[in-house]
Amino acid sequence: MSRYAGNSAAIRALVRDQEVHRDVYVSEEVFQLEMEHMFPNSWVYVGHDSQVPIPGDYFGTTIGTQPVLLVRHTDGTVHVLYNRCPHKGTRITSETCGNTGKFFRCPYHAWSFKTDGSLLAIPLKKGYENTGFEQSQAARGMTPVRHVRNYRGFVFAKVNDGGLDFEEFFGDSLSSFDNMIDRSPVGQLKVAGGVLRYMHNCNWKMLVENQTDTCHPMVAHESSAGTVVEVWKKAPPGTKKPMAVEIIAPFMSPYEFFENMGIRIWDNGHGHTGVHHSIHSDYSAVPGYFEKMTAAYGEERAKLILGENRHNTVYFPNIMIKGPIQLLRQFKPIAANKTLVESWTFQLVDAPDMLLERTLMYNRLINAPTSIVGHDDLEMYERAQEGLHSNGNEWVNLQRLYSPDEAGQTNVAVNGTSEWPMRHQFRAWTKFMTMGM
Amino acid sequence: MTIVAEAPLVNAEPTDRELIDFVIREARLIDQQRFDEWLALYADDAFYWMPLEWNQTDPRLTCSLMYEDKLLLSIRVERLKGARTFSQKPKSRCHHVLQTPQVDARDVAANRYVTWTPMHYIETRMEEQTLYAAWATHHLSVEDGRLRIKLKRVDLINCDAAFGNIQLFM
Repeated sequence: MSRYAGNSAAIRALVRDQEVHRDVYVSEEVFQLEMEHMFPNSWVYVGHDSQVPIPGDYFGTTIGTQPVLLVRHTDGTVHVLYNRCPHKGTRITSETCGNTGKFFRCPYHAWSFKTDGSLLAIPLKKGYENTGFEQSQAARGMTPVRHVRNYRGFVFAKVNDGGLDFEEFFGDSLSSFDNMIDRSPVGQLKVAGGVLRYMHNCNWKMLVENQTDTCHPMVAHESSAGTVVEVWKKAPPGTKKPMAVEIIAPFMSPYEFFENMGIRIWDNGHGHTGVHHSIHSDYSAVPGYFEKMTAAYGEERAKLILGENRHNTVYFPNIMIKGPIQLLRQFKPIAANKTLVESWTFQLVDAPDMLLERTLMYNRLINAPTSIVGHDDLEMYERAQEGLHSNGNEWVNLQRLYSPDEAGQTNVAVNGTSEWPMRHQFRAWTKFMTMGM
Repeated sequence: MTIVAEAPLVNAEPTDRELIDFVIREARLIDQQRFDEWLALYADDAFYWMPLEWNQTDPRLTCSLMYEDKLLLSIRVERLKGARTFSQKPKSRCHHVLQTPQVDARDVAANRYVTWTPMHYIETRMEEQTLYAAWATHHLSVEDGRLRIKLKRVDLINCDAAFGNIQLFM
């Protein structure tokens, strides 16, 4: 039964000013349309160029549900290719990442391709003579994703020719990437520490929304962060607060803390929590780090960079970054009710190792499948995915601190408990879903 | 008030049998959800380590699924008892099947004993039941006449796979 395909009016009707229809989370048809329209119309994060440092290096990932390869070409440029052989469709690479040398070779019939995807050679080539092979799609080799942009190491790709150009799509929101990168004394990040992969039986958008949901930590995480606070109270007076307690305890901050923390809204669904302060504001100083930053940038600029404590920056459609923690989470859609969450960590090049140690501790305490904070969240997402099937109410409420004049406003800072970012994400969702439909 | 039964007294130089019995008892305490007794098996400076990478050597600058000291383990145990621990309503249950632990190292002078135990671990909650295969390495020492865990390392055969919730202890 097709209810939404080719029907932009029906798609638009799913998103109201203050609520969204449950089909955005539970309908497989809507999910398929997201893969056909919304993801291809958006700039989607592919990977970091430090994952492919030398020519021939590749990394396999997905744009929406489509398998792609990030690859470093012979000339040093970074390309994104669809990961299938143009002959029979076979996935080209065997490992998630590695080095293919000067060319890819399909393991099925030994067709080979340069690292920009173009066809290099086919065994028994003369079997294709006089067949019009030159005009075939296969003769063009591995299909590249045409729109690729490497922003200071972070590689994004847009599948469709339409949509917005990179600068228009991201606008001022790139300042959160800048801040994360500038935290390295040499302005450079490197993927490090390994990726945590956590399977969620819920819609990918529940995770995106939750990144700017500041009314849930003190409730849903009472079990984890609340227990940390209680257990820590029993420590003998004068005991040095461990890094783990510094990381988890602020999740129990009161509503007022989150209200005053602030939220900033940018165009196209992007935004961040933690305009004024955040749960990352009060970490202990890392010995030697500030000195390195001062030497690199001068004291004033170093203070400016480190004074930003942005909490979660959401980049529509499906990533979140934490500048002060050097962490990126990607919410990879698999089905309407299934999402793979990958949490990547970065080393600040030329900064003390202790920063990476803290980044990795944060990641495993908060984002691992073994994390008690993760357990709290996933329980709520899965209950929502289940509860939305009840017919008593087909709408999800996103009304908190709604203002009728908010649509169209950009680069504004608002109360930190507003659900404006979620309404804003759904305005972008409608835009990129129906663009070209 | 939870009554915490002590681990049994052992010889100053523990026998292989005593080391093996200790490892088996640890798994039993988890399966029976006797978490206070379980936690008491760990030395004050103990770590519970579940690597993320195959053959991982560094717990500090390589990420792990778990690398927790006794404070963090005690927080987990407290959380499992909490009235608002919604991910444990209803509670998970678990089940260990151990091969006989092998004594890999015994260093009496250093008070250090290492065992290696292949195992299957099953965790279940509501309709879901998940089987994990792993090797547990116990680094033990004798403190006040009883064995204590200094380090428990759990290497999952598929440590780098995407998992759903793993809520109890392997």
